Amino acid sequence: MSILVNKDTKVIVQGFTGKEGTFHSEQCIAYGTKIVGGVTPNKGGQTHLGLPVFNTVSEAIVATGATVSIIFVPPAFVGDAVMEAADAGIELAVIITEGAPVKDMMMAKAYAVKNNMKTLGPNCPGIITAEECKIGIMPGMVFKKGNVGLISKSGTLTYEGANQVCNVGYGISTAIGIGGDPIIGLSYIQLLQMFENDSETEAIVMIGEIGGDLEIQAAKYIKENITKPVVAFIAGQTAPKGKRMGHAGAIISGSAGTAAEKMAALEAAGVAVVKSPAEIGHKVKEVLSK
Amino acid sequence: MNIHEYQAKQIFAKYNVPVPKGKVAFSVDEAVANAKELGGNIWVVKAQIHAGGRGLGGGVKLAKSIDEVKQFATEILGMTLVTHQTGPEGKLVQKIYIEEGADIADELYLGVVLDRAKEMPVIMASTEGGMEIEKVANETPEKIVKVAVDPSIGFQGFHGRKLAFGLGLPKEQIGKFIKFAAALYKVYMDNDASLIEINPLVKTGAGDFIAIDGKMGFDDSALGRHPDIEAMRDISEEDPAEMEAGKYGLSYVKLDGNVGCMVNGAGLAMGTMDTINYVGGTPANFLDVGGAASAETVAKGFEIILRDPNVKSIFVNIFGGIVRCDRIANGILEATKLVNVSVPVIVRLDGTNAPEAAEILKNANIGNVIAATDLGDGAKKAVAAAKGE
Repeated sequence: MSILVNKDTKVIVQGFTGKEGTFHSEQCIAYGTKIVGGVTPNKGGQTHLGLPVFNTVSEAIVATGATVSIIFVPPAFVGDAVMEAADAGIELAVIITEGAPVKDMMMAKAYAVKNNMKTLGPNCPGIITAEECKIGIMPGMVFKKGNVGLISKSGTLTYEGANQVCNVGYGISTAIGIGGDPIIGLSYIQLLQMFENDSETEAIVMIGEIGGDLEIQAAKYIKENITKPVVAFIAGQTAPKGKRMGHAGAIISGSAGTAAEKMAALEAAGVAVVKSPAEIGHKVKEVLSK
Repeated sequence: MNIHEYQAKQIFAKYNVPVPKGKVAFSVDEAVANAKELGGNIWVVKAQIHAGGRGLGGGVKLAKSIDEVKQFATEILGMTLVTHQTGPEGKLVQKIYIEEGADIADELYLGVVLDRAKEMPVIMASTEGGMEIEKVANETPEKIVKVAVDPSIGFQGFHGRKLAFGLGLPKEQIGKFIKFAAALYKVYMDNDASLIEINPLVKTGAGDFIAIDGKMGFDDSALGRHPDIEAMRDISEEDPAEMEAGKYGLSYVKLDGNVGCMVNGAGLAMGTMDTINYVGGTPANFLDVGGAASAETVAKGFEIILRDPNVKSIFVNIFGGIVRCDRIANGILEATKLVNVSVPVIVRLDGTNAPEAAEILKNANIGNVIAATDLGDGAKKAVAAAKGE
C-alpha cells in the first residue's frame, strides 16, 4: 500500500522533449517509474528516450493507458496543459512548472475538479512512493521505503524531512510536495485523510510555511479525524513581517498566517511540533517508539 | 509587483471606473502648473509611495489656493514618509499627485482579492471607508460584505446586488454601485491583478461614486503578458540589493543577524534561518538560489551576502533536487576566485550529485571552507564560526 501512485502506475510526460522534461523523465525512468510516453505538440510520432511522443494527451492515453501525467510545460502553457489532461481523462496531474499565472491556475483547477481529475502543484517537487514510483524532481535515493507519510509545501524541505526520517532508521511510504502557490491541487486535508486510510503508513510528517491558513485548517482536521501520530514543522519563524501594500488577504482567511499561530494550532490538535527542521527525524523516532 | 495610486487610477479610468482628474508631478513647479491646469479652487496634494496610511503620516494635504499647493508640494516632495506600512525607516517621496478636490458625502471601502480557500476572486465592500480595513475586520466584521465571484460565470447582477443591498445603500444608488463594482472586477481579471483596494471610495453629494484612492498589486507570474503594466514598475520603490539578486534568479532579503545563508528553495531557506535561530545564532539574510543555480549565480550570491558588514560566517545549505550539487560546488570554487570570501563558509550539500560535489570541494582544498554533515551540524558550525569560536 501507499497513496495515489505505486509501481504499476502508468505515467505520461507533458513537455516531454524539453530540457527539464527530458532530464527528469530520465531520472524517473531510472528510479523505476512506468513512464509510458510523452506529449509534445508537433512532435507526435517521434521517439524520445526510447518512448513514443504524441501530439495530444488523448492520443497518449489511447495508446498507453496512462492515468497520471507529469507536467513540465513552460509557465504560460500550464493552464492549457492541465485542462487538456482533465479533458482527456487523466486521473492525477502532477504540475512541476514554477511561475504559472494565478488566474490560469484558478481556471484550470476548477476545470480539473469538474472533470474529477486530481492535481498536485503547480510549483511542486511531485510525488514519490518510495522504491516504487517517482513522479517528480526529487532526488530519489533519499526516499527509503518505510511507514512514514510526508506532506510538504516546500520542495527542498520535502527532501530534508525524508532524509532525516530515513537517517533515524525509518522510511517513507509516500511523500508529496503540494507546492506553495496561491492556488494548489491536493492539500493537507485530502492527503492526511489518504494517509489515515493507508495501512502502510504509521506516522505522518507535515511541513508547512508562513502565509495562508492551510495549516490551521489541517490542524482542525487532524484533531477530529486523524488517529496516527503527526509531526509538524512550520518554516518562517524568523522571517520578518513583509512590507505590505494591503491587508485584504489576511482579512479573507481570518488569519495572519504567522508561524507562531500555525504552530499553536497544531500543538492544540495534539501534533508534535518541532522548532527546527533538523529535529524532524528525532521527533518521528520519538512518536513511533511510544 | 505594486504600482502607485496615480498609475492605478490610469488603469481605472480605462475601464470607466470613475476617478477624479489629476496629474503626477516630480517638482514643485510642475505641481503648481498641474493645479492651474486642473482649475477649480481646491486640490489634493498626495505623496506617491508604495504604502498605505499616507494621510496619517502627513503625505496627503488639502490645498485651498495655488499658494497652498506650492507650500504642500514643497513640504511633501523629498520628505521621508513613515506610515504603518513603510516600516520605521519610511520612504522617500519622489513624486506627488495633484488632484481636483471631491465633494465627499460619505466614505466607503471596496477591494478585490483572491480568496485562496474558495479559489476565486472575492469583492469586499464596507461602509467604514477611510479607516484601516484591518481594524474594521477585527472590531466590526459585520460591516464588511464579501462576495466571491466564480470566474467561469463572471460578475453577474446578483453579485452586485448582494454587495449594494448588503451595504444598505439607498435605492437610487444601487445601480450606480453595481456598475462600479462590475467595472472593478473587470480591472482585476483583465490585468491579472493580485489585489485592488479603494479606500476610501467616495459617495459625492450628488450620489455618485468615485475612487479617490487606488492601490493595485499584480501577479508577478503574469506580467509577461502585460507589458503595459510591467512598464509601470518604479524601481526606486524596490530594494536595490533584492533587485540585483532578482536579475540573477536569486531571491534575497536582508536581515539583522551575522550568519549569512545561501540555500536552495524558499522553504528550506526559512527552515535554515529557523535552525540558526534554534541553535542560538541570528540569520543575516534570506537567500534562495532558486532552481537554475550556476557558478555565476552562486558567486553573485556570495558577493551580495558579503556586502553586509555584519556577516561573520556563511552557511551554504543545499539539498539538490532540481539544483545539482556539483554545480553549486563549482559555484563555490568560482566564487572564491571572483570574490574575496573573507569569512568562514560552512557547506552542506545533499541530494542530486552530492558525492560528485563533495569530491570537487575536497580536491579544491580551500582554506576557509568547512564541510558539514547535515542541517543541524551545519547550523551549529556556522553559528560557532560567527561567534569566532
